[in-house]
Amino acid sequence: MTRESCEGMDLLIQAELDGELGAAEAAALTVHLAGCETCQALRQSLGSLSARLRADAPRYAAPPHLRRAVLADVASQPSWRGRVATRWSKRDAGWFGAGAALAAGLSLLAWLPLHSPDQSNTDAFVSAHIRALQPGHLFDVASTDRHTVKPWFDGRLDFAPPVRDLAAQGYPLTGGRLDYIAGRAVAALVYRRDKHLIDLFVWPGSGAASFHVVQGYNIFAWSQGGMNFRAVSDLEAGQMDRFKHLLTGKT
Amino acid sequence: MPKRHPEFERLVLPHLDAAYNVARWLAGDPTAADDIVQEAMLRALRYHQGLRGDAKPWLLRIVRNVFYARLDARRRAGEVPLDGIGLDRLPGATGTPETDLDQSQRSQALDRAIAGLPEELRECLVLRELEEMTYKEIAEIVEVPIGTVMSRLFRARQLMTGAAL
Repeated sequence: MTRESCEGMDLLIQAELDGELGAAEAAALTVHLAGCETCQALRQSLGSLSARLRADAPRYAAPPHLRRAVLADVASQPSWRGRVATRWSKRDAGWFGAGAALAAGLSLLAWLPLHSPDQSNTDAFVSAHIRALQPGHLFDVASTDRHTVKPWFDGRLDFAPPVRDLAAQGYPLTGGRLDYIAGRAVAALVYRRDKHLIDLFVWPGSGAASFHVVQGYNIFAWSQGGMNFRAVSDLEAGQMDRFKHLLTGKT
Repeated sequence: MPKRHPEFERLVLPHLDAAYNVARWLAGDPTAADDIVQEAMLRALRYHQGLRGDAKPWLLRIVRNVFYARLDARRRAGEVPLDGIGLDRLPGATGTPETDLDQSQRSQALDRAIAGLPEELRECLVLRELEEMTYKEIAEIVEVPIGTVMSRLFRARQLMTGAAL
């Protein structure tokens, strides 16, 4: 096995040990492991580390004096409902509780990208890119022919993403897939530059152009012709910029 | 006498040990862990009416917030170096009698290796291996995308397997 085929396998091996692997990924991993001693060894060492941690690392229990102190706090704090229900209805009180929790920054849902994709959730695009790098996730349609890729999106999206082949310029199109980011379907076109993959996310709208670096991935954002574009890759920024200019037709 | 906070006692209190374990690993010190957990439980008591879903990740997120708020305060006061709690405060190395007596040498080495991890890696490892949280739950607690959880966990494990245990 070449080293290239091991790309992304480390996180798959970890996900398998953590019980977070889907059936399709598990199958891809099994096939790879059968022929790769390096990855077999990695799986072995991660597995025995897990076993050791669970067996030998202390899981500290709350000491009795702490438990007593907490119980005393619980007993001495007046019932919240008793304090406010006299002034607000129970339903309002419930909403107030939720509001207070939100205000305190404790809402569990605050991390979810609830708005349409924009500059602020570059993380979501990087996560989608990393997910896609795992075996079996990259393409829904694997084709270097834009006349195959473009029609594939028909009926799957409520818009038609522009699909251009840049093989002659050194950025061949290799496929496409559907992604769901921040609650909406976006087209993801996959291009290759040498050994680097570039995910180009496309969805309708317009926004300011920007450039971000998140977790070592370069993210170029721009809009053209009523479409938003996000290019995400570990490819170096200069070549990403050239890719962008080839797509926008501006040099 | 009826319980004053029946919901809290039913949903949140059962996770007191988990809260303490996470606080203990984050703070690396039993006394600090006591303070963090007591404050976190008071906050949880105040806000649990807004709780939806599983209480455990919700409570652990509060514990984590309290820990970092206190750490920030101490850093501002110049009590803690900016680059971490410091290797001189590893559990085991400082000699907390109840744990030293109970643990084998092997266990102590493991303990020190975990404690020596940077905070952002250590919390992911403890949440996954000791509290058995899912990637999604860890992402909620730590407030980072799942992809980040995966890469931090992997980095933590790489460092752990690289450490002489």
